[in-house]
Formats: sequence, structure tokens, C-alpha cells
Amino acid sequence: MTTSVPDGTTNPETGDVVVRLRGIGKTFPGVIANHDIDIDVRRGTVHAIVGENGAGKSTLMKILYGVQKPDSGTIEIHGRPVDLGSPSDAIGAGVGMVFQHFMLADNFTVLENVVLGAEKLHGIGDAARAEIRRLSEAYGLDVDPDVLVEDLGVGARQRIEILKVLYRGASVIILDEPTAVLVPQEVDELFDNLRELKAEGLAVIFISHKLDEVLSVADTVTVVRRGTTVDTRPAAGVTSRQLAELMVGSELPSPSTETSTVTDQPVLEVRDLTLPAPTAGLAGTGGRPLLSDVDLTIHRGEILGVAGVEGNGQAELVEAIMGMRPGATGSVRLFGADLGGLSTRRRREAGIGYIPEDRHRHALLLDAPLWENRVLGHQTREPNVSGPFIDRKGARTDTQRIVEEYDVRTPGIDVLARALSGGNQQKLIIGREMTGEPSLLVAAHPTRGVDVGAQAAIWDHIKRARRDGLAVLLISADLDELIGLSDTIRVILRGRLVPGAFDPATVTPQQLGSAMTGAGDDAAGDVA
Amino acid sequence: MTDQRLKRLGLALAAPALALVAAFLITSLVLVVAGDSVGGVWGQILSIPEARGLTNIVNSATVYYLSGVAVAIGFRMNLFNIGVDGQYRVASFAAAVVAGEAWLPGWLNTAAAILAAMLVGAAWAGIAGLLRVTRGVSEVISTIMLNAIATALVAFLLRKAAVDDPGSNITATKEIPEGSRIPGFTLFPGAPNQVYGFVFIAIVVGVVYWLVINKTRFGFDLRATGLSETAAVASGIDVKKMILVSMLLSGAAAGLVGLPILFGEAFAYGSTFQSGLGFAGIAIALLGRNHPVGIALGALLFAFLDEQSNPLQIVQDVSPDIVKITQGVIVLTVVIAYEVVRRYGVRLEQRQVAAALDAERRTGSTSKEVTG
Ligand SMILES: Nc1ncnc2c1ncn2[C@@H]1O[C@H](COP(=O)(O)OP(=O)(O)OP(=O)(O)O)[C@@H](O)[C@H]1O
Ligand SMILES: [Mg+2]
Repeated sequence: MTTSVPDGTTNPETGDVVVRLRGIGKTFPGVIANHDIDIDVRRGTVHAIVGENGAGKSTLMKILYGVQKPDSGTIEIHGRPVDLGSPSDAIGAGVGMVFQHFMLADNFTVLENVVLGAEKLHGIGDAARAEIRRLSEAYGLDVDPDVLVEDLGVGARQRIEILKVLYRGASVIILDEPTAVLVPQEVDELFDNLRELKAEGLAVIFISHKLDEVLSVADTVTVVRRGTTVDTRPAAGVTSRQLAELMVGSELPSPSTETSTVTDQPVLEVRDLTLPAPTAGLAGTGGRPLLSDVDLTIHRGEILGVAGVEGNGQAELVEAIMGMRPGATGSVRLFGADLGGLSTRRRREAGIGYIPEDRHRHALLLDAPLWENRVLGHQTREPNVSGPFIDRKGARTDTQRIVEEYDVRTPGIDVLARALSGGNQQKLIIGREMTGEPSLLVAAHPTRGVDVGAQAAIWDHIKRARRDGLAVLLISADLDELIGLSDTIRVILRGRLVPGAFDPATVTPQQLGSAMTGAGDDAAGDVA
Repeated sequence: MTDQRLKRLGLALAAPALALVAAFLITSLVLVVAGDSVGGVWGQILSIPEARGLTNIVNSATVYYLSGVAVAIGFRMNLFNIGVDGQYRVASFAAAVVAGEAWLPGWLNTAAAILAAMLVGAAWAGIAGLLRVTRGVSEVISTIMLNAIATALVAFLLRKAAVDDPGSNITATKEIPEGSRIPGFTLFPGAPNQVYGFVFIAIVVGVVYWLVINKTRFGFDLRATGLSETAAVASGIDVKKMILVSMLLSGAAAGLVGLPILFGEAFAYGSTFQSGLGFAGIAIALLGRNHPVGIALGALLFAFLDEQSNPLQIVQDVSPDIVKITQGVIVLTVVIAYEVVRRYGVRLEQRQVAAALDAERRTGSTSKEVTG
């Protein structure tokens, strides 16, 4: 493969090449994840890599970060050929990585997580703490070194991961889908950080499925298709549509507008839902409640979108509705029947589909085959069981169906869930939770990590189910998704729903964004 | 397809084989350092046992097997039940008292005693389960403590329950009446001793274990919880209940461990009743990868080494404890060997894929991202 960069264009083509990948190949059982990959990453640039789910982006980055060994090809960093046997080799060579799925130890503090394995740099005490504070200030990461990671949301965890990389003095930073979890304001902040890094001569490799973002921040874009690099271009002068078509190798379907299917039959009614703050140590009841007096109703055929900055109670709202938060008070009713006191399993059996926000922690058994993952969460229902026994045949047949209907790219249903690319894992989860005709779907970031083509397909699945009467509680950090799918949008801020609903037909992402951050706060009149 | 299967089976067997070889080498090294005859010791251990020895091997393997299954039930859920040792001793004592008192006639008495053993074993393990779900106490710590308490408790109760036998200074419970014993049978022609009838119960336990873990909803929940507690919770599994229930089941299985000896040979629980069987179970469950057949093979291997090492002192003037080293080393090497073989298997498959790709390219067709 050749990188078809036209000669003599803007600066991205003139800087020094800090990372040169040539002919990289990698196979997994039944899958060619990478072959003939050629990429040059230049100093002081943001280099984006785009491609469909399963195209091989994460695999390539893991190779560059020494997590996986390539079967073939060469890697040069700063002009020197390197053999990266482990992440510590990569860090030694100046490459740091923030993973698509964070790798933090839950029951450690931020400080401990950051210094873990880098004790030699600034020790493990005050010097390290000071350095973390400094970096946090310098890049606006807002990281407190002394809190437990366990207590942090996805957004904060990501910032810690970035800080970890900076702390180790990387000159090349790999970010695998960093923006999937961020709201627009946070994305802008992140991009500001990236521009600063760039200005200081670092190279940033950036993976994202959001092509508009890619074009706004990247200097150069490489497209990966089916494991190999098909094109590299300067970001200036390409459109996101062109990129998408390069990725897929064909034209994209355009989204269709829908007429409303909202009925007046309530499916989910939440009243006064409150979740007290966890009693932090001996201090007792200090913090504000995680949820306060949340009221909402979703009708048959309605999608209710909830917008909010990560960590404002979305996760708790979802978990309280699913019966995973024992301390919750107030009432949750499904078709008028009180769910209070019902276990998570009974709630699922009552017809609630659940797409959790963190697929690795809550939605998958990574070390179990796909078909067993099909059973997970549905292990009391057909076609997975017959009597007290697991119906292996039924579950397998249905897994095969999901794999086909939802275009899960996998060599088979016996591979471990771990072996699937992030987006393909997500497609499997969606397929599973949409099965069995749920009457309510509780979906947190349903298309996170999913490529543009698959995203459109998932939206179609959800819309079709809505036509048939599905009620959806949609939590998403992707405001375009919220606006595009929802019939009604509410904003959650510090555990409370901001009074009044937004009409997706008229609201703009900017308006939502300012409501989400509480700009013009305490003046609860700024709503439609 | 069958070719693939064969390969997979070969890889599965390669790991324990590798571990055994490594363990033998390390043991030999110990022998060399100690100045003992390596050839002589292995000559004895690897000699073909006589019918009597074979019977002994099957008998102690039966006991080890139950112990291994008890530990494996916990392992499948990431519970480390170190307490099988205490559980089986308390349970065996209870069974000996029930059977010795013979409140019921004949077989009913036997059944009642087995039931009592399972209940007492479950209860003893259940204490650790309760502590874990209500107080968050690690089952490792609590079962170790409960082992110590079990030792003291049984010694104390034994004194109360013991029958006075003026002719002997051994304290023991009342003998189980003839009609309530479990008769043995001759498996190896010419053996002066018999295989425990309890071996059939052990086989049933293995089959039930396999069925429940692999085929039932409950087993699915158990494995899911072991694989990811967070995902289990989100899928609707009541993890606390699962912890408690699997501790109870593990304890119930542990309750059976001492019974082959009790009903087939000792007929009473005395101060000399065999101890330490629970710890062997941990090693055997690891060796057998929690698989019912694997555990059986592991149990047979341990029993074989035990039996064959018995005459070492007399024949070679080497302490039979040398096989304890071998057994310990096997457990360590097997863990490593499984990992090595797994990686080798993955690499093998990758190479095949790569070769397939090359062939495909040479024939000119475009490569596919997903094959197969
Ligand atoms: N550890 C593994 N074992 C087996 N197959 C794997 C493994 N990791 C990745 N693969 C396979 O390699 C291919 C590329 O996966 P990769 O994670 O690199 O995709 P990706 O481009 O990052 O996709 P996504 O956008 O969904 O994150 C996929 O087909 C995946 O199933
Ligand atoms: Mg990926």
C-alpha cells in the first residue's frame, strides 16, 4: 500500500516523522486484524485514524504501544527501528496510550493509579502529588489525586488516563476513541488540550468514529479498511462524507426523518426518585444526593432523551431504574405496576431491555463465548432456557441471528467476547437487548464506539421498535444522537432533572450544552 | 473439524503432561542435591502397582476427588474455600455420631448419616459465606479460622461422644452397625482389600457437578458471577445469594470427603481419623482445571504418588515426603504450563490464518477481514 499524500501541501507533510509504520501485519484466530499497514506520524500534528468497527485500528495501536506483537512489519520511532515487547518498552520510546477501555485499578486512588509502575519518576508521595496537580492545571484536566477511582465516572477516568500518559513523559500520545464519553464542551476542552500538546511538539494519534470531530482537530487522516491502510490525506480538503465512504468502500445511507409515534399510554413512570450520597467515611452524610426527586414519564412509542455532563446522575438514574441501587427511594412503575422491591432480574423479565454504559464491566462476560453472552441477562427466558436448563441450541441459533441482523463482525459465535472489536461488542449487546420485544429499553450510550454505518443501522432498529410501541430511556453524550432520536429531551444536572422539556425539533446542541453545564444556572426559566 | 478437535484435545493434554515432566525434573534435582538415588526412587514410584496397591489408589482417589470437587465449586465462582479441611472433619464426625447412634435401621441410617454430613459441612461453610455477604469478610480468612475452630470443636465433642474402650487409649465414636456400612467390592482380581462402595457416590457427585455447572441456569449464573461480578449484577444475578449458595454447596460436597473412609474402613470417627484431605483438594482442583474429568485424573495421580511412595523408606531409605514435593511442584508447574500451552495454541492458529491468507493472495483474490 502507498500513502497517497500529494506533494508540497501544508505543514503536516513537512514535520519530522516520529512514528513510521511499515508493512504491519497481525492475525488472530480466524481474523486478519492488520495487514500491510503503512503510516507516518509527524511531530506537532494530530493524526487521526478512522475506519469501520473491526477495521483494525485498536489492534494497530496496541502494536504501537507494545501490548501486542506484530506478525510482520517494522516500527520506527524518532528514526530508530524499535522492537516493542511491552508497554514499558513503548513508554521508554516515548509512546503513551489511552485505551478505548480504561485500565485503572478501581480501589486505588488517582495518585496510586498514576504512579503505579512509574514510581521512579516522582516517587509516590508529595512530589508525585504535586506533579499530578501541575499537569492537571496545565492541561485543565481537573483531576484530584486523592479520590478513589471507584467513585469516578467515565469522563474523569479518561482524564486520569491522559494524565498518566503525560506523567510518564510521552512524546507520542495515542487516544483510542477519547471523545465517545465526552459532551461537546468537554470535547472542545480536550481538543484545546490536544492543540497545546501539538504546539509543544508532541504527536497525537487520535481514533474516533465521529468524523466531524476528526476533521476539526486532525491535521492528517488515515483511513483503515479491513485491516489495511487505504488512504492518507490532509484533513483540510476532505469532507466527513468522503471519509465515511472511504471507510466503508461504498456510499452511506442518509438518515430518514420520522413522524412521531408517541402515544398517551405511560410505560415508565418515575416519581420522586432519590438516591442519597454514599456515606463517605466517618464524615457521614456530607455530599449532595446522587439523584434528587427525579420525575419522568415515558409513553409507548416514545424516546425520552436525557442529556447531561458525565457524572451528573445519569448512571445512577439508569441503575436505580434497573434495581441495582438498593438505597433508592421514590417510585418506579412499569405499566402502572410498582417495581419497588423487585430485583434486577424481575425487572428485566417484566420487559426492560438494558444497555449499560460500560460494556466491559456491565454488559459482557469477556472470557465467555458470544453465545453465552447472548444468554447473559436473559438467562431465565426463551430461547435461552428450557426449564432449569440452558438451551444451548436455542441460544446459539439466536446468537447467530443477532450476529447477522446486527452485522456483528466475528469469525463465529464460539469466539470469546474479548476477541471482538469494541464496536462489534456493542452491536451484539444491542441485538441482545432488543430481542424478546422489550416494552422499555434503558439505553446508555447505545452507539458509543460504533462506526457511522452501524450507528445508522442501530438507530433504524430502535426507530422500528419504537413504531411498534417501544418506550426508550436514552442517555447519550452524543447530542446529535439525542436530538435525532428523541421525542422529548430532558437535561440532568447534579442529580436533578432541569425543569421543562426540550423539543428536539427546535433545540440546538449549543442550547442543550449550556443547560447541561448549568450556564445561566438557578434561572430555571431558560427552557422551551 | 474433527482434525481441529483432535488438535484441541492434544493441546489440552499437553499442559498437564508438560507440568508432570517439569515436576519430575525438579523432584529429581532435589534428590540429586540430597544425594539420593534418582533412578531408584523413580523406579519405585513408577513401578506397576500390585492389585492391593491399585485398590488403595482407587480408594484414596475417591476421597481426593470429593475434596477436589468441593474446592472446584468455589473456584468456579472465584471463591477460595480453604475450609474444606475443617468442613469435612466436622461433617465426618457428625455422620459418625448419627450412624453410630443408629436411630434408624440399616440403609436409612446410612442415608441419614450422609445427609447429616452434607448439612453440617454446608453449615460450616455457610458461616464463611454469611460472613462474606453480610460483613465482607474474605472467605479465605474465615475458612482458615474455621479450620482451626473445627479441629478444637471436634476434639472437644469427641471426648463427650466417645465410647469408653478400656482396652485402648484411642478415643472414638460408637462403631457403625454392620447393616449401615457401605460394602466394598473387588475391582482388581487377587486383591486382599476392597474398593470402597462410596466410589459410586463420588461418580454421581461428579456427574451432578458437571450437569449443574454446565447445563443449568443456576450453573450459568454461578460461572457468570465468577467471570464478572459487575456484569452478573447487571444481568440480574443476586450475587450475594450466589455466594452464599455456592459456599453451602461447596460445604455440602466437602461434607462427603471423609465418608468413604468412615463407611468403608474406619466405621467410627476417632482421634486418628485422616486429616489434611481438604488441602489436597485445592491442588487437585487446580490440576484438573475445575473440570470433573480433570479432577478425577488429578485425584488418581495424587493417590498414585501417595501409594507408590509408601515403601520408599524401606526400599530406598528415602522419606516418602519426597512425593509431597512432587505434588506441590505439580500444582505450580501446571498453572504455568496451561498458560504456555494456551499461548502456543493461539500462535499456532495465527500461523494457520496467515498461511491461508498468503495462499489466498497468491491465487489473486482479495483478502478478507474475517475468514471462516
Ligand atoms: N485479542 C483478540 N483475539 C482475537 N481477535 C481479535 C483480538 N483483538 C482484536 N481481534 C479482531 O481483530 C479485528 C480488529 O479489531 P480491532 O479491535 O483492532 O478493531 P477496531 O478497528 O478498533 O474496531 P472498533 O472501531 O470497533 O473499536 C476484529 O475483527 C477483532 O475481532
Ligand atoms: Mg477499537
